[in-house]
Amino acid sequence: MVGRFDFTVIFSNLDILWNGMLITLLLTVVAIVGGILLGTILALMRLSRFKLPAYAAGRFVDAFRATPLILVIFWFYFAVPIVTGRPIGGLYSVLIAFTLFESAYYCEIIRAGIQSIRLPQVHAGLALGLTRWQATRHVVLPQAFRNMVPLLLTQAIVLFQDTSLVYVVGLKDFLTAADLVATRDNRVVEMYLTAAVVYLVICSLGSLWVRRLQRQYAI
Amino acid sequence: MKYNWNWNVVLCRSECAQPYFDWILSGLGWTLVVSVMAWLIAFSVGSVVGVAKTAENRGLRLVAKGYVELFRNIPLLVQMFLWFYVVPELLPKVAGHFLKRELPLPEYWTAIVCLGLYHASRTAEQVRAGIEAIPRGQTLAALALGLTRGQVYRYVLLPVSYRIIVPPLTSDFMGIFKNSSVALTIGVLELTAQSRQIAEYTFNIFEIFTVATVLYMLVTLIVVTVMRYVEKKVRIPGTIAMGGS
Repeated sequence: MVGRFDFTVIFSNLDILWNGMLITLLLTVVAIVGGILLGTILALMRLSRFKLPAYAAGRFVDAFRATPLILVIFWFYFAVPIVTGRPIGGLYSVLIAFTLFESAYYCEIIRAGIQSIRLPQVHAGLALGLTRWQATRHVVLPQAFRNMVPLLLTQAIVLFQDTSLVYVVGLKDFLTAADLVATRDNRVVEMYLTAAVVYLVICSLGSLWVRRLQRQYAI
Repeated sequence: MKYNWNWNVVLCRSECAQPYFDWILSGLGWTLVVSVMAWLIAFSVGSVVGVAKTAENRGLRLVAKGYVELFRNIPLLVQMFLWFYVVPELLPKVAGHFLKRELPLPEYWTAIVCLGLYHASRTAEQVRAGIEAIPRGQTLAALALGLTRGQVYRYVLLPVSYRIIVPPLTSDFMGIFKNSSVALTIGVLELTAQSRQIAEYTFNIFEIFTVATVLYMLVTLIVVTVMRYVEKKVRIPGTIAMGGS
């Protein structure tokens, strides 16, 4: 039965697959960095004393969390060229979509992390003469992020898997590259199995690492 | 921004080139059917795997752990492709032929099974966490009263654990509901697929995607409201969730 399959197709197409993996990694990194930055701002807005930013951030997060990622990808893929009036290419629309989508999920993680910090810490900071912003910046956030590291990384692994969904707009990430080779060379079984194994290995190593960090970072 | 707004597109039945309104309705219907059936699989398989994770038997625990790791660490889209394109090739000829040629609506069944088994790995973790949250004394007391292991799970651990994990199970279902859109990659015409199709036919993307997004939010809202009520009903007296001590 194994004889029917020819796994050498992987080696003759390594460069295509590698280029796809680079796109996947680029998407993941940009969405993590952008998502955490924007997510932090959103979380601070949600927890702010002022009603309007809290409300706006809350609705933003709810909207993205209730919508499937594929629909969000389609939204930006079709809508951004119309709004800007010129084609910007699949890559940029997908980068925007992923960053905004992930920021909603990161916001919830970061908000929970901030809320886990005890209030006396803030009071002590204020009593020492720090402004509210300084107390947030130098007392609350450093401790909150330390608690959050495992959760942020787990979300990063989920995100790494989710980037495969750019397949729906034909952006050449790792999975789409594997799919192109599969249909071109008629090696569907081999290529999909390879893709599965690559994702499995990377994500398993990632979650092992997160579990180790979790033990180290526990306060 | 040049754009022709035309909200009538989403209400079209016979007056447009295609009955877009019916497309949206059938898309929503398939999204719900696929999600609910996948949830049934996720719940039953997830419960079995979750129980196995807490079993005394080491082999059983390892198998359950392997299941969770395997299904968690491969993207859903890749799993969709594996079930749809790869599994029929690897099965014996007769079974593969049945899946490819004779089974009616193959993409729908594949999507349901794939989504169900994928989310079962998440449900399993919730069930395990629920069982482990129950103090060990309860298991020991039940065993001391003469219950078998099976009876302990059936009458003591599972009923309590399901009541504890209603909130995470709800968000699991929301996950299935949203992830059902991934099924469009193998040709399931659910809500997202239908709205993309309408977007490509009419170019009225803002209207159609707004309608799709609102429908997703509406279902989410309904499920969350219903589950909040269920949660209140089944809450275990005396826990923090009850506000008691």
